[in-house]
Amino acid sequence: MSELQINDEKCVLCRACISACPFGALEVVDKKLVVEDNCSLCGVCLNTCQFNALCIEKQENGLLDKNKWSDILVFVEHNEGKIQPVTYELIGKALKLIEGTSYKVYCLIVGYKITELAKELSYYNVEKNFIYDHKAFKNYREDIFCNVFQDCINVLMPAIVLIGGTDVGKSIAPAVATSFHSGLTADCTELILNEKLELVQIRPAFGGNVMAQIVTPNHRPQFATVRPSIMEEANRIKSPRNNIVNCKLDEKKLVSQIEVLKEKQMETKEGIQDAKILIVAGQGFKRKEDLWMVEELAMLLNGQVASSRALVEKGWMPYERQIGLSGKTVKPEAIITCGVSGSVQFMTGMKTSKTIIAINIDSDSPIFSIAHQSIAGDIYEILPKLIHQLKEIDKLANNKN
Amino acid sequence: MKIAICIKQVPGSNELTMDQEKGILQREDGRVKMNPYDLVAIETALQIKEKYKEVVITSFSMGPKRAREVILSSYAMGVDQGVLITDPKFIGSDVYATALTLSKGISLNEEFDIVICGRQTTDGDTGQVGPAIAEHLGIPHIYGVIAIDKIEEKHIFLSQQIENKKISLRVKMPCVLVISKEAYIPRLPSLKLKLEAKKKKIKIMSFEDLNDSDIRKFGLEGSPTQVEKIYFPNKSKKETLLSGNANVIVDAIIERLKGEKLI
Repeated sequence: MSELQINDEKCVLCRACISACPFGALEVVDKKLVVEDNCSLCGVCLNTCQFNALCIEKQENGLLDKNKWSDILVFVEHNEGKIQPVTYELIGKALKLIEGTSYKVYCLIVGYKITELAKELSYYNVEKNFIYDHKAFKNYREDIFCNVFQDCINVLMPAIVLIGGTDVGKSIAPAVATSFHSGLTADCTELILNEKLELVQIRPAFGGNVMAQIVTPNHRPQFATVRPSIMEEANRIKSPRNNIVNCKLDEKKLVSQIEVLKEKQMETKEGIQDAKILIVAGQGFKRKEDLWMVEELAMLLNGQVASSRALVEKGWMPYERQIGLSGKTVKPEAIITCGVSGSVQFMTGMKTSKTIIAINIDSDSPIFSIAHQSIAGDIYEILPKLIHQLKEIDKLANNKN
Repeated sequence: MKIAICIKQVPGSNELTMDQEKGILQREDGRVKMNPYDLVAIETALQIKEKYKEVVITSFSMGPKRAREVILSSYAMGVDQGVLITDPKFIGSDVYATALTLSKGISLNEEFDIVICGRQTTDGDTGQVGPAIAEHLGIPHIYGVIAIDKIEEKHIFLSQQIENKKISLRVKMPCVLVISKEAYIPRLPSLKLKLEAKKKKIKIMSFEDLNDSDIRKFGLEGSPTQVEKIYFPNKSKKETLLSGNANVIVDAIIERLKGEKLI
């Protein structure tokens, strides 16, 4: 069994690891560093130790014949007769990953009456597009979609499977990965193929303050999900390739425990992804009542209110207003963050915004590293003044008219 | 009807800061709390119990011994019984191993009709454990459940949100439900139940109780994914930082917005 090992000879009891441990699992007892049973082997402490006194022993498992598994499979996401941009982003990343290798990129598309739709995929530099077209696939149903996915993987034996971090992706990816007894890394912000042709998956960890680099050394396929708008789309080629392969699933595998009774398009209010200007509230807000300031600002600037995750978790803001990896990715003309310190999760969701104005009390806030205008100050002092000034400007403009 | 819910104890705060001089990570505090997404899972089960007869709710948590606190919290909301799956052998479990351990704990206890999970945790934040448990149990899962509409003898009727579609489903039980945070507003613990909770038992399960002698399936060994390293993201160079007089700051913001032709 693996455990955190402490080399008492090297340990000088500096306690750096104790203050770093997110789980409070390390302490000094009788002048010796000891590890408690709530250690999660996350490895944060390893980086903090300057004396190489800590290590986690991992066993290499040589049972799997990795050579049998090659290539990349991309799961195609489509909605209302349209292939979702995240699919092209995944194809784009997959094509970059295989440069200099013998790997090829394949796509899997599942649905009903999708022949026309699938033709669009032939305009991408993909080796083959596997199409499963059947009435049973009209709606997403986890159990039979999982059967399709398994069928395709069993035939192709891909080393890597990439899936969009959408609702469907978040449902199907863990199910399929588990069925292959393999690992899945969710919401990757970067993917690299190392010299051993292993997929190096990078994602924020611990609420997004640090990055974790994750590998799946002994299991195949290696599964990863990527949120929309994180990677760059693949280039469309001029003339289509003849790369469509129609596939069929055994009738027995089309039996679902899930029956769709009704489907309704929800009213799409303009979401925060569509806003030109976003005013974001963060942990700097001390009371829910104080959020009037961001609402007023949004109104004056014709923008919308958004939120960091902390306030959504407190129940002060609705989830659909949440920016970040577990919320929405936004790219407005301008974004004003108020009292947001800036976790990696949050910043990943908004860093491509055209103009970023960040106000936060702590002058060391990570958000300032990506802001175009950084302001170290108290939102309770600045926002009322800003609202007042904007109102004055409004009045002037109205008087002129 | 028997309902299982999966709950997790998470750090009270995710704040980790860097001690610039020493170059080490620092944790803000050692407090813990129940994963807020799991409160909605508990509430969903309680609402079913209020509507239908003979419903028994069992909460399952995997974690260190102190995770018994979240089971007690679930008792204080109205959950009937609780199981804590704890063993140092489970340390280092990734999603696959965690879901395997939980699913074994669940299936060894009773035959549940419904297993309810929160959408994600605030610490691991992968949002995968619910679907992975379903796969280990060999039953379907429904992701993004926003309402339980009706329960009949063998079927559950529910509403699901997938992207911008609301879908009404009829699902054969047993199944796993992954609940949206917006589905129900969790109730506050009652004082009476809180007092009673202290007297209630928590069933403890360790590796020996899981009916599986292959230790390599659990903990770090049983985890297909491995964390190679953890690091702080590179901070790019700061643009000039403005601070001090609020009036000067406000003027600067307005100039910036004017410059971008936004006002």
